[in-house]
Parts: sequence; C-alpha cells; structure tokens
Amino acid sequence: MAGSLGEALLLPLLAIITALIVGAIFIALTDPVVLAALGNFFNAPLAAVAAIGNSVVTAYVSLFRSSFGDPVRMVNALVSGDPNRLRLAFWPLSESLVASTPYIFAGLAVAFGFRCGLFNIGAEGQLFIGAICAVWIGYSIGLPWIFHLPLALLGAMVGAGLWGAVPGFLKAKTGAHEVITTIMMNYMAYRLADWLLHGPMMRPGYNPISPDILPSAYLPKFFADPIRFHAGFFLALFMAWVVYWLLFKSTLGFEIRTVGANPSAAKYAGMNITKNFVLAMGISGALAGMAGANEVLGLNHNLASAFSSGYGFDSIALALLGKSHPAGVVLAALLFGFLRSGATGMQSYAGIPIDIISIIQALVIIFVAAPAIVRSIYRIRIRREAGGEVFTRGWGG
Amino acid sequence: MSVMTMTTGNRTRVVSKGRMIGMGVTFVILGLLIFAFFLPGTTVAQKTEFGLNTFTRVEVISLPPLILPTQMAIIAAGLICLGLGAYQLVRGFGRATEVMLGLVVLMFVIAFLTWAARDNAFNLTGILKTTLLLATPIALGGFSGVLSERAGVVNIAIEGMMLSSAFMSTLVGSVTGNLYLGLLGGISIGVLMAALHGLLSVKYKVDQIISGVVINILAVGLTSYLASRFLEKYQELNNPGTFQPIAIPLLSRIPIIGPVLFENNLIVYLLFGLMFAIHFMLFYTRWGLRTRAVGEHPKAADTLGINVFNMRYINVLLSGAVAGVGGAYFTIGSVGRFDEVMTAGKGYIGLAAMIFGKWTPFGAFGASLIFGFADSLQTKLQILNVPIPSEFLLMAPYLATIIAVAGVIGRATPPAADGIPYEK
Repeated sequence: MAGSLGEALLLPLLAIITALIVGAIFIALTDPVVLAALGNFFNAPLAAVAAIGNSVVTAYVSLFRSSFGDPVRMVNALVSGDPNRLRLAFWPLSESLVASTPYIFAGLAVAFGFRCGLFNIGAEGQLFIGAICAVWIGYSIGLPWIFHLPLALLGAMVGAGLWGAVPGFLKAKTGAHEVITTIMMNYMAYRLADWLLHGPMMRPGYNPISPDILPSAYLPKFFADPIRFHAGFFLALFMAWVVYWLLFKSTLGFEIRTVGANPSAAKYAGMNITKNFVLAMGISGALAGMAGANEVLGLNHNLASAFSSGYGFDSIALALLGKSHPAGVVLAALLFGFLRSGATGMQSYAGIPIDIISIIQALVIIFVAAPAIVRSIYRIRIRREAGGEVFTRGWGG
Repeated sequence: MSVMTMTTGNRTRVVSKGRMIGMGVTFVILGLLIFAFFLPGTTVAQKTEFGLNTFTRVEVISLPPLILPTQMAIIAAGLICLGLGAYQLVRGFGRATEVMLGLVVLMFVIAFLTWAARDNAFNLTGILKTTLLLATPIALGGFSGVLSERAGVVNIAIEGMMLSSAFMSTLVGSVTGNLYLGLLGGISIGVLMAALHGLLSVKYKVDQIISGVVINILAVGLTSYLASRFLEKYQELNNPGTFQPIAIPLLSRIPIIGPVLFENNLIVYLLFGLMFAIHFMLFYTRWGLRTRAVGEHPKAADTLGINVFNMRYINVLLSGAVAGVGGAYFTIGSVGRFDEVMTAGKGYIGLAAMIFGKWTPFGAFGASLIFGFADSLQTKLQILNVPIPSEFLLMAPYLATIIAVAGVIGRATPPAADGIPYEK
C-alpha cells in the first residue's frame, strides 16, 4: 500500500510546489523594486537577480513566519517558560489552526457532495445559514453550557442541512442542476442574512450586527488572549472521522458512493436516488453550516453583515486537492489555513496583497485537476491515472 | 401523460398536457395573488401617477404623466390574469403559451407598481432606462454562455472573464487614454481566459465546471492582487473615463422608446448588435448549424467531417470575447473605475439568464431584463416606502431562476452534449 499512498501524495505535492514556484515568479514580476531593477538590467544584471531573489525570499520568509511562527522566538520562549512570551511566539501557529478549522468543515461538505456525484457550490450560502441559526440560538435562549452549545451547533446543522437538501431534492425530482440552484441559493442566503441583520436580528443601535451570543454558547478556548485557538478545531477533526466512517463504513455511505459512481447502476440495484441525493446534499449542507457556526461560536460571537468568508468557495479547491477523502481534506485544509494566515503576514511585512493566495489556490487546482500538465513538467509517468470523481454533466442532470 | 407534438419553425417541440395545466394554474394563482395582496387597502378615489419623461437632453416632446385609478387598474390586471388562466386550462394557448406567460407576469408587475405607487408618482420611463442599463452586463454574460454551451462547453467562467475584462479595459483605457483600445484590451483578456478554459476543458478534459471555477478564482486573485499592487498606488491607472451616450438622430426623439433605447453608449448598442448577430449566426448560417450539431451530437457531427475540437475552441473563444465586452461595461461602460470583485456575481446571473432564456440570445436578453428590472426596482421602492423588505425583492429573480431550472414553468432543455468532453 505504501507505493500507492506515495503515488497518491506525489501529484498533489508537486502541484503545490509548482503553484508556489509560479506564485514566486508572479510576486517577483509585480514587485516595483524588481521592475525597476529589471529596467536597469543591462547596466547591473546582478542587482536585478539580487532584487528578484530578495523579493521572493522576503515574501516566503514572511509567509512562513506568520503561519508557523519565528523558530528562534519559539525556542527562546520555550526556554524562558514565560507564559506571555509563549503566547506571543505561538500566536501565528494558533492563528493558522484557527483559519484551518472552517476550511476542514467546508472542505468536508464539498467532498461529501462530490462522493455522491454532486457539485455543491452552495457551501458559502449554507455557511451563512449555519451562522444565522447558531447566532440566533446563541443569543436568544439562555441555557446551561452543556445544553446551549450543542443546541446551537445542532441548530446550525439542521438549518443549513435543510437549506442544502433543497438542491438535492430538486435535482432528483426535476433534474435541475445543483450548480445553478446552489449558486442561486447562495445569493438568497446573502439577502436573507442582510434582511435579518437590518431587521429582526439587528442589535439595538444603527449597525447591522446581531446581538452578542451568551458565553454559554461559546466554543471553549484553552488559552488566554491573544491565542484564539478554540475547541472548534477538535470538533472539525472529529467530524472528519465521522465523515470517514459515514462514507466508508456505513451502508448509507456505500449507497451514496454507488449513486455517485453510477446512478443508473445504483437505481438498478434498487437504491433510491432521490433519498441519496437529498441526504448527500443535506449532510453536505450541515457540514458547511458547522463552518459558519464555528466562526460565530468560536471567534466572532456575533454575526455582522460584513461577515463574508470566502471559505465556502475555497472549499471546492480543498475537496479537489484532498481527492474528496476526509484525511486528504484535513491535510488540504491545514495547508490552506496556513497559507491564509501566512498571507496576512505577507501583506503586512512584505507588502504583498493577500490575494496572491487566491492565485496560488487556483494554480493548485489547475495542476491537480489536470495532472497531465504536472506530469509533463516533471516528466513522470504514473502507472494508473489517478481516479477523479465523475460528476453528473451538463445542466439537465 | 398524453403528449401532443407541434412543429414550430424549424424544429419540433413537445408540449405536454401536464405543463399546459401547470401554466394555467400559475396564471390563475398570479391573478388571485393580485386580488389578495394589492387590492386590500386601496380606495376608489386613489390615483397612481406614472411619469413618462426621463428629462434627458434629447427629449423635445414632453409627455403628460399617465394617471391611473389605482383600484380599477389592479382589478383589471387581476381579471386579465384570471381570464388568461381559465382559457389556458380549458383550451390552451399552444405555442403562444410563453407569450401569455410574459403577459401575465407583466400584468402582475403593473398591478404591483400601481399598488406600490398609489397616491404617489413613479417614473416609468426612468425605471425602464435603468432596467436596460442594469441588464446589459447580465445579457452579455448570457450571450457568452449561449455561444459556448451551444457548442457543448459549459461556461461558468463568465464571471471570471468579465472581471478580468473589467480590470483590463480600465488599465488599457487609462494607459492609452483611448476607450476603444480599452474595450479591445478587455475583449483580449476575455479571449485569453477563454483560451485557458478551452485548453483545460477541451484538451485536458478537466471537468468543465471545475475549469470554470478555477478561472473564477484565478480572476478574483489576479485582479484584486494587481489592483491593490498598482491601481491603488497609481490612481491615474484607474481613471479611463467612460463611453458617453450617443443619441441616434430621429429615433431618439420617439417618446418613451427613444430615450430608453436610442440614447445609450457604445456597449449597449453592441449588446443589441450582438443579440441579432448571434441569433442570425446560430440559426441561419453553416457555422451555426455546425455549432449546434457539435453541442447536440458531437459524434454524428464528427462522422460528417466537422472538427469537433476546433468548433468548440472557436466557440469558447468567441464566448470569451463577448464576456469581455460585458466586463468592459462595468468600468469604461458605466462607472469609469475598477473596484475589487466589482462584477459581484453578474456573470453567474448571466448564466442563469441563459438557462432562463433557453439557450437563445433573445431569451437570454429577455431574462436579463427581468433581473435588471428587479435590481432597479429595489432602489425605487425604498423611496416609495413599500412595506416589503427590498432584500426579498432582490431574492425574487434567484427564486425565479430556480423555478425555471426546475422546469415548473417551461422546462429548460440544454444542448444534449452540453458539458460532456468529446473523446474521439
């Protein structure tokens, strides 16, 4: 099995490395200092090369420092044992894990849909619905912690699950393509959130923000400020295990995967397509809803109309990169989380716009989705074409 | 389910009995909704005033406002809906069903406006004008979708193509100081993005939806990155100016229609030109026949000697060019500057308009008008103080799209080979 595992990891790894290299070239070519040095290339060629090297190194060093932390500082803090210094030294690492958490949930959501042959572009909207439900339960009901937090999470799952199940139902019953219906439902979710935050859910005052949730609904934190790391991360890992179990160890998962691989065969074998589409999209929606709940219960403690994450859209890349396997999704989510929080540092220390991350993400997907490109770059031959998911094609279902 | 087959124009269409009844019931429900929601609260004495002047410079004939008795107008609109519904249920309109659906929706909108603006004035021509302007990028996105999907390539990258074009047309327009070159720059980047889509989906056979998603993410990343790196620092790079409206002599003097249709900027005229051109080319030329063949049954087309890959590449590139025109509208066609992620999903809505419009240019244009109308209405309604949250009104087009895609009213049938990579 080691060989096949290595093979499974090789292409994504090469894809990530290639994307980072292309990203580096792009960073260098858009750096004003480099551009100036290149303009003077014939007078001082070495200076131009140095400028390129400097630009790329500064960028990626600051990316590393703000995603993992400064190793020297971390060691010094460990030696001194001063809790305050420890918190500051490990703060970047904690921020990366905090950023990875919603990615895990949302990535699992999209991956679960993929396994049933469904392309859930609606994760972003479902995330909103989850956040709305969680925040509403969080501020409107007073309960002991042991009931309140689970209820808020459950509410988010049920609300977002129902929201997500609608496209599954429409697809099964009418053939309406889930890509279009989920995109439309994303916009409906934004408008719904807009309306709620300007109306029924608005806190007293003039700002479109919901009231703060009660502390009994907080996802617990383990350390003092500024460390924001909270229990959501472990919940996400637990959900990854649940999804793994559901997909590969339960009858439901077997049916869902069969429907995804070949709907006609599944139907012939007596499986109920409608039930599986609805369940798969419902579970997918519930997972995306947990990403939203995670953000409001673990970090923000309220819902603001500016709450726009992009996690839902990035999660499509995650699911592809992780080959729709929960373990792969967790790894991909960690990568994206570290990139995202590292990019914040790149922006403040190296002056590189945070959007470089979207470019790198897009490149990663291109290289993962079209392995032929990576293979021809590195001249490697793979015995077996890495099996991708077969999506239902076209709009008509 | 009994099925009757009718021949309309050059192709056979099937109208099922179930759909006929579904339509009839829809008409009746809309009629009843008019009576249930808009009639209560109105009085016999109330009047609704519709303004017909846009106060633009070409208007020479000033029209008196159209004043309707509120209650009477609402009752009339409701009765027309009920009457059409009854006829549809008993006899059926056959091939005129879709026109009748349009009429019923129009009646519903009229009843709604009459109710919303009771005891008040509402500028009708003004709202038609903003409807067209807001519909322009959506319609161009829809045309872009028609071109590629008719050849069997799903294009959800329209959003990304438009965004990159919005950026590029600003940049080129600002640098050269020439808006036409700016438009050309926007079109070129649209074509370039389309080439990537073609390469990934036709050559590498990547799932077309994944390829589209990638291009959208890439476009957001590239434009936002370059905008914050360059456009924010050097404001002169983000100041291209805009195409000014050109009033067409004589035609622009026609009351109501003139200011709405014949006093627009270049890109809106391009929209009309492209609509007729694409319709003509798709349905009356050899290229169009081949395009449709490749989209419906590539194997058969290949057998007859049509190069499926070439046809698909050409159409995807054309699709990118049209999306490029649509993207340019966002900057040099309207506001004259680029902002991050300024297309805000209009490309996706263009795609919805294409589906709503059944993969035809005229249909896509009509559908985009509905989206544009809802968009322009929501700002007006806030002024009128209507007790409906504007957010719900903005939700309506999306809901309508879902209903349209689900085939509740008029099943939308895509080209048969849409989204399937061709393997020789």
